[in-house]
Amino acid sequence: MNAHVKPAASTALSRRSLLKAGAGLVLATYVARNGVAYAQDGAAAKSVNIAPNTFLVIGQDDTVTVLCKHIEFGQGPFTGMATLVAEELDADWTQMRADHAPSNPVLYKNLLFGVQGTGGSSAIANSYEQMRKVGAAARAMLVAAAADEWKVPAEEITVEKGIIKHASGKQSGFGALAAKAMQQPAPANPQLKDPSAFKLIGKEGAVTRLDSVAKSNGTAEYTLDIKDPGTLTVLVARSPRFGGKVASFDAAAAKAVPGVVDIKKVPNGVAVYADGFWPAKTARELLKITWDDSKAETRGTAQLLEEFRARAKKQGALVKQEGDVDAEIAKGGKLIETEFVFPYLAHAPMEPINAFIHWKGETASARYGSQFPTPDHAAIAQVLGLDIAKVELKTILAGGSFGRRAQQSTHVALELAQVAKAIGPGRPVKLVWTREDDMRGGYYRPFSLHRMRGVVRDGKIVAWSDTIVGQSIMKGSPFEAMTMKNGLDSTAYEGSNEIPYQVPNFRCDLHQVDVGVPVLWWRSVGHTHTGYAVEAFVDQLLEAAGQDPVEGRLAMMADKPRHAGVLKAVAQLADWKGAKLEAGRARGVAVVESFNTYVAQVVELSMGQEGPVVHKVWCAVDCGVAVNPDIIRAQMEGGIGFALGHILYAQQPLEEGRPVAGNFDSYRSLRINEMPQIEVAIVPSTEKPTGVGEPGVPPLGPAVANAMAKLGLPRPTQLPIRPGDTA
Amino acid sequence: MAAFTLKINGREHQIDVDPGTPLLWAIRDNVGLTGTKYGCGVAQCGACTVYVDGQTVRSCSLPVSAVGKSEVTTIEGLTSKEAVAVQKAWAAHDVPQCGYCQSGQVMSAAALLGLNPKPTDQDIDLAMNGNICRCATYVRIRAAIHSAAKSLEG
Ligand code: FES
Ligand code: FES
Repeated sequence: MNAHVKPAASTALSRRSLLKAGAGLVLATYVARNGVAYAQDGAAAKSVNIAPNTFLVIGQDDTVTVLCKHIEFGQGPFTGMATLVAEELDADWTQMRADHAPSNPVLYKNLLFGVQGTGGSSAIANSYEQMRKVGAAARAMLVAAAADEWKVPAEEITVEKGIIKHASGKQSGFGALAAKAMQQPAPANPQLKDPSAFKLIGKEGAVTRLDSVAKSNGTAEYTLDIKDPGTLTVLVARSPRFGGKVASFDAAAAKAVPGVVDIKKVPNGVAVYADGFWPAKTARELLKITWDDSKAETRGTAQLLEEFRARAKKQGALVKQEGDVDAEIAKGGKLIETEFVFPYLAHAPMEPINAFIHWKGETASARYGSQFPTPDHAAIAQVLGLDIAKVELKTILAGGSFGRRAQQSTHVALELAQVAKAIGPGRPVKLVWTREDDMRGGYYRPFSLHRMRGVVRDGKIVAWSDTIVGQSIMKGSPFEAMTMKNGLDSTAYEGSNEIPYQVPNFRCDLHQVDVGVPVLWWRSVGHTHTGYAVEAFVDQLLEAAGQDPVEGRLAMMADKPRHAGVLKAVAQLADWKGAKLEAGRARGVAVVESFNTYVAQVVELSMGQEGPVVHKVWCAVDCGVAVNPDIIRAQMEGGIGFALGHILYAQQPLEEGRPVAGNFDSYRSLRINEMPQIEVAIVPSTEKPTGVGEPGVPPLGPAVANAMAKLGLPRPTQLPIRPGDTA
Repeated sequence: MAAFTLKINGREHQIDVDPGTPLLWAIRDNVGLTGTKYGCGVAQCGACTVYVDGQTVRSCSLPVSAVGKSEVTTIEGLTSKEAVAVQKAWAAHDVPQCGYCQSGQVMSAAALLGLNPKPTDQDIDLAMNGNICRCATYVRIRAAIHSAAKSLEG
């Protein structure tokens, strides 16, 4: 199965152009149209009001291409969307293909966001019904076409594995009937299968990823691979401190580098245009720039930590309160206090940030791994002074994201358009960030601190207080109104305010601080730190209460059946009670819900010369209906490896405002020799499907900490666990 | 600038670049083969892995001037039976997630099987730990290498 990485029709998605390209059926209309349509090519620009809502293209060769409104950067939406469509269409898996839908906020919006975008582990969650309806409607239209053609009642026609059949012996593939099917009215509310009839959804081995082959032989195309004729590679010299500006610069030496075409001042710094990466990089190093740091952030992380600590001594803005924590503390009992400190983290996706645009003066067309096409599209149009209908934006495969490409600030789209504007129309430009640019370029997981206090009395946890100090991700972003309550950013406390445990006296409060370092959601967002704080702390309190980590948690989860469900499942999978461990080994457990997906993990580790060595991780996940079990397992595996690398090694320290780590030698990544064995159990569920891209991450860190505690070591209070380690 | 003749995947390519240009960028920007990826530029990640006279090399850290008459093989020119087995196993196990590291992983895995037809987990760890996968597909990389080794038996 090959990914349809560059189908002929990929950049021209008007109904007319698809037909020209030999596509038989272009399925329309599941999202109400409001008369606004963004042009994708000249033909569509002339007919903006009739742009169909296309999710599906059936070729005359029987291939079915699903236009995926979500970006494929590893989490599997190509395969997921195609599974949903194929299920209801009764297609054969080998005829399925997928490609990215172009930017169009009306046709391709994320039903949870209201604009086109991927994030919050929402791809399957928001598309489950929508894509099934697309498949079911297409099936009904094909059947109606066959009935017409064969002069038989539609009810007598069956569809199986891509073949439309009638008892008379008549049969056809989809391609031959596609054109006729398109003349049929699209049913407004097509009948969906009962889950008991599913052949692909939730079935082990029924589908394989659509993109595996192209991603194993070098043919999958990423932004860095774009080589349209005349494309210039652009590197920008940016301020070493966040908020710094160019005071003056001397480009004489840089300009003399062979292959350099131009050098321009742009809002973010100085842009070098060259006919390749190497001359651009060589020239950038020869620029002499004086930076104006008068508005720059100049604090280092050591100073921030002191400030955060001082704040945490006092109560912050109240997020949630039940009972009376202070009164309970005053009553006595075992008071346990601890602090957890979480560093700035870079996402460091394998493919550093980049983007391509060809501004032709009157129109522009951009191509890159845009995770939020709607705001990116608007930003590009605005910088270039073009009507949005004159700008085309096509999402392509990206080498990972982990949140990094979902830019509510649209900073990459802006920079892309600015570098295109600075050199003028007619020059296709590929903006490339080096790995160092990416690591030192900000948009980190916020630096944050939790001060925890809890009281244990008579073997029970009777009070719990969590004071959080952190920076807001949403403040000043277009999502501020949607995600901030009473001026407080819910992503700073999500998971800390609603713990799954019944504790009679509870408080969660937040000091939301301003730091001039751009921050962003990072694979599982707030849960990256709240999951650790809550799960390491509850374990510590249960230890003080003399309770078993699994039994103790379950006893406080009476009203949390899905948390309890995964916890029991993982305990069973790992044989928590019965397993005899090798000498020197210990196990820890944690359970975290994020994005409505429930994940529990058990970690088995020993202490090596330099720190914990994780041997095995057991993982139970409840994500509602499991659409693609193998992709769910893959996301749990990947989430665990991603989490482990970061809690062991990763941090982005700032010295006088300058990010220190620049590459994988100083920002150490997990390698294969450190990857534990992993066993995943998917808990059967009939709940609506929820996402799996992020939820595998949060439980791993605290499970490691809790296993270390079993070996008599303190639970790490400052991450990463091995801060001094570089590769 | 200087003229070089690079022999890549059995074909000769004349290029005119600065002698310090890393082989990676000559392959990508001058020859136009983009299966070989850039991930770090400092020999840390393995995304740029190619073979030079059959040996795995981090092409981001080898200047063009040092290549000489050596034969360079990139993912596009990978045809050995080990490579075919590895690529088949990669698809069978659905190893790739974002896929960006996978050209390098496949190059390293095929080279490993060429030297050691029956690697243990430890052999795999040793041979593959220069290839970072930020998506952490390592569990499947291991499994797929074992499958590929098995498929090559007898
Ligand atoms: S790009 Fe060469 S090792 Fe990373
Ligand atoms: S598959 Fe994404 S970095 Fe390896």
